[in-house]
Amino acid sequence: MANIYTAALMEHNAHPDYKYDMEGATDEHEGVNPSCGDEMVLKLRIEDGVIEEAAFTGHGCAVSQASADMMADLVTGETVEEARRLCGLFMKMVKGETLTDEEKEDLDEAAQLESISHMPARVKCAELGWRTLSEIIGE
Amino acid sequence: MSASANNAELDRTACAVADAAHAAQASATAGDVVCAANIAENPYKRDFPLLANHPDLVFLDSAATAQRPAAVLDAQRRFYEEMNANALRGLYRLSVEATEAIEIARQRVAKFIGAPDAHDIVLTRNASESLNIVAKAFAPTVLEPGDEVCITIMEHHSNLIPWQQACRAAGAKLVYLYPDENGVITPEEMDAKIGPKTKIVSVVHVSNVLGVKNPVEELGRRVHEQGGYLVVDGAQSTPHIHVDVQAIGADFFAFSAHKLFGPFGMGVLWGRDELLNAMPPFLTGGEMIDSVTEQDATWAPVPEKFEAGTQDAAGIYATAAAIAYVESVGLDVIAAREQALVRYCMDEMAKLPYVTIIGSPDPDMHHGVISFNVDGIHPHDVASILDMDQVAIRAGHHCAQPLLTWLGVENLACCRASLAFYNDKKDVDALIEGLGNVWRTFNG
Repeated sequence: MANIYTAALMEHNAHPDYKYDMEGATDEHEGVNPSCGDEMVLKLRIEDGVIEEAAFTGHGCAVSQASADMMADLVTGETVEEARRLCGLFMKMVKGETLTDEEKEDLDEAAQLESISHMPARVKCAELGWRTLSEIIGE
Repeated sequence: MSASANNAELDRTACAVADAAHAAQASATAGDVVCAANIAENPYKRDFPLLANHPDLVFLDSAATAQRPAAVLDAQRRFYEEMNANALRGLYRLSVEATEAIEIARQRVAKFIGAPDAHDIVLTRNASESLNIVAKAFAPTVLEPGDEVCITIMEHHSNLIPWQQACRAAGAKLVYLYPDENGVITPEEMDAKIGPKTKIVSVVHVSNVLGVKNPVEELGRRVHEQGGYLVVDGAQSTPHIHVDVQAIGADFFAFSAHKLFGPFGMGVLWGRDELLNAMPPFLTGGEMIDSVTEQDATWAPVPEKFEAGTQDAAGIYATAAAIAYVESVGLDVIAAREQALVRYCMDEMAKLPYVTIIGSPDPDMHHGVISFNVDGIHPHDVASILDMDQVAIRAGHHCAQPLLTWLGVENLACCRASLAFYNDKKDVDALIEGLGNVWRTFNG
């Protein structure tokens, strides 16, 4: 089994750049994993259809925290429409669907979480940030 | 041959003898117990096909479900190959044999828990169903508004939610017993919580998180003084210690087969004869009636009254085989070996400054269960990283959310390694090494 605890994941978990309580958010949503006890509040500042700022607070396992940080990193500066597409790609990937190389490139570091699809118990952890995002911006 | 070599030879012989005696219900001798405590040797693993088929697997989740010995798997198959027919109502030989297989199994279960009469052994699907029978069929006959039901904060949800429901339905109050820092329910706590309003005390015999054995005898004495009843959830005790429902003074006792090296989907409820007789049925339907008219029905005697529908006769037969296996190994042997394993595991864990054990520091109070956390690392990450080393542990709330909330454990989750007698020193060493890998993954 591929090790999902890559250097990138550990770095995002230990030093999440996007884990802080944002001021001036235009949107926010709470995401929970009832079976894990993971809790997250995702805040976005959306201006003219562009996600200018994304940040989250809460607690959870390394996979949920790092994945949320990668997500926030990826969608910051993107249009809502593009963020929706990236979110869809990530969800497809962790459910075990194959992505093209271009699509993986679009997901950047988050593509490293591909092998989580072989760990069904952990998919929900990886999804938490992305699922919370899609609940704000739609699928 | 030196004296010590001679002793080692004798120990090996004792192991071989104990192993050969599996079919013969040999009771444990002092030699077996000494041999069992030698955790470097493992004469038991080969009895378990899954463990033999996965030589690299380190299975430390027996408190969730145990592995099954070949004797149990063979029994299940033998039933279908030699005795399969619908039991109870058949008038032909095969059906009679199936019925007899169930009744013999019922007697074996009764003897195993010290029940005076096999007719008071109700065969259910699992311990949850057994406890639901008590909470949903018995409790409404005794609970009145203002009464109290007393449980502990360490209940598995299966002995917690049924009582929330029963109390709500009856207008009764659910009262909790809280343990001290070692996991012990003290006499002072019983003084404070068990009184004239207490109608039912329902407690877990051995906690699936703390591993502690609750003082069920004392709890029974106290609730009986108040004219109430004692219900014991034995799901985690029956695989580890001798149970005698009469010595405990229980009014009801529930457990399941799958934690006792038996099949899935088999549970047991024992109840005092007069209580079972006076209770209404829980599930209704086939096989549980005496006679039926268009508008009414009368009930079959206990235990059939509580066994609506077709029973899993093969599962019942295999449950008896599991009990025979446990008795052949001997609960004294099992307890001695598990204590030695837990002691070794806790000693090794104590050398890891980043591991915190939850519950008593005394290994003898853990009954195979060691819950712990690794500093700053979520239990799910711990379990996933251990899994890469083929070490299988449980992580989460262990169906005991109120306990984890009360303990104030970060993330409301913890790791749990649960040991059985088929584990050995190598399994513990793999866990300890794996925990080192977990720590290094996060801390370089």
